[in-house]
Amino acid sequence: MDDLYREIILEHSKHPHNAGTLDAPDISHEEHNPLCGDRVRIDLQVSNGTITDVRFLGRGCAISQASASLLTDELRGKTLDEARGISKEDLLDLIGIPLDKNPVRIKCALLSLKTMKTGIYNYLGTQLEEDLDD
Amino acid sequence: MTVSEIASSLDVQAIRQQFPILQREINGHPLAFLDSAASSQKPQRVIDRLSQYYEHTNANVHRGVYTLSEEATLAYEQARATVARWLGAASHREVIFTRNTTEAINLVARAWGDANLRPGDRILLSIAEHHSNLVPWQMLAQRTGAHLDFLRIDGEGRLILEDLDGSADRPPLLTERTKLVALAHQSNVLGTIHPIREIAARAHEVGALMLVDAAQSVPHMPIDVQALDIDFLAFSGHKMCGPTGIGALWGRRKILEAMPPFLGGGSMISHVSLESSTYAAIPARFEAGTPAIGEAIALAEAVDFLTSVGMERIAQHEHALLVYALEQLANVEGLRIYGPSTAQDRGAVVSFTLEDVHPHDVAAVLDREGLALRAGHHCCQPLHAHFDIPATARASFYLYNEPSEIDRLVAGLNKARKLFA
Repeated sequence: MDDLYREIILEHSKHPHNAGTLDAPDISHEEHNPLCGDRVRIDLQVSNGTITDVRFLGRGCAISQASASLLTDELRGKTLDEARGISKEDLLDLIGIPLDKNPVRIKCALLSLKTMKTGIYNYLGTQLEEDLDD
Repeated sequence: MTVSEIASSLDVQAIRQQFPILQREINGHPLAFLDSAASSQKPQRVIDRLSQYYEHTNANVHRGVYTLSEEATLAYEQARATVARWLGAASHREVIFTRNTTEAINLVARAWGDANLRPGDRILLSIAEHHSNLVPWQMLAQRTGAHLDFLRIDGEGRLILEDLDGSADRPPLLTERTKLVALAHQSNVLGTIHPIREIAARAHEVGALMLVDAAQSVPHMPIDVQALDIDFLAFSGHKMCGPTGIGALWGRRKILEAMPPFLGGGSMISHVSLESSTYAAIPARFEAGTPAIGEAIALAEAVDFLTSVGMERIAQHEHALLVYALEQLANVEGLRIYGPSTAQDRGAVVSFTLEDVHPHDVAAVLDREGLALRAGHHCCQPLHAHFDIPATARASFYLYNEPSEIDRLVAGLNKARKLFA
């Protein structure tokens, strides 16, 4: 329990940071996990290649929503290149839960990362090259 | 209901002894397996039958003249006869082995549907169907220009049968254009047991055929296809103590005999030339390629196991568990059950939400307590959309479950509620 539902996860899922939408986002992308129905939409405001504001809207389990909350905290002030450079491992470090042995729940945690990256890649006109489904 | 009353209909401890996996501990607790609606556990005799086949009898069927092949063929065909008797089929030829319920339904959609449906024809389903009894019909409709109609459900999760005849503001759902009615016998989410016999009679009045997705009923109650007076019945072995990879379609002989093949290949032919082929009689016509021989034989072993316990007694035991579960879960604050509020015409499947705690989190907390429950949309996305929820958690019971596991479920749910409060 203890390791899966650490205080940081419970806190962020109950009181998510950056919740909501932006009025005129430069990037707005939504992804869902067809296995469980979790949804995350991320809105980004971009100025000169730097993320100036961010919101997310989602519904799903505590891990997917806490992950979106923690990730969006990281994004403000980052360049798009820095943002899309955030790896799976970086995000798992951020949320600090041992999901490497839990292939189902890891998808919950990575949904926000996939949403953010796909949104940025679409914005930059490139395809998502990394396979985030693994 | 007291715990001793529940225990009296079956010797659950003796049954549990026969399922090796139930001896496992999960996260330091004895396993409480409450996900049999997704896939059941297997008794030792089914596991042994499977290995015994591979250790002693393995050979391809319907081919060789040597001893092993003859033994394998005999065991495979005896398995078909066992399943046919169990379902009350008129002939063993009416049972076609498939991989599972999904493949059985796809077989009907492809072989019967493509040959019989015309633009403007209608197929009647319900909004509560498993994707396996929805998507094949959507694909058939796209191929043929047929339309899909859907029975609605009321607040208790029961089909609104008045829709069959329509009303002032609703056209009737069952008309002479309806060629097929395809319904689950028991909803895998709501647990509702539908009045199949009554609906089949209505379907036949307009000349439609009746297909029953029996994935959730065949494992749990006595089934007689003649008494139900239906035309097709599909089920999976793995939900009824049998192996994965084996299921069956039962169909009325006359209807099956008039159907073109499903898959083409070995075994399903009569004569083959380079240009064309003629096809085998049923059931071989619908069993192209080497079948799941060992799995079919082990499925028959599962039938014998269930028969030895007694389907009526299994149904009574599960009913008692359901009554107890509904009663106990009603005491969990913030818990909402989807489906009938009483155990009448209801199987032992209980889907629920717990306040704002996401069902995945509920299931993850329960897993830490050794309880195995499924969370998600249970392959019923339209039904969850109907309730405007993304997911539910689901506890489902079988012959090896006992009341103490329901007590542990309630305790685990209270723990989850506190954690996320």
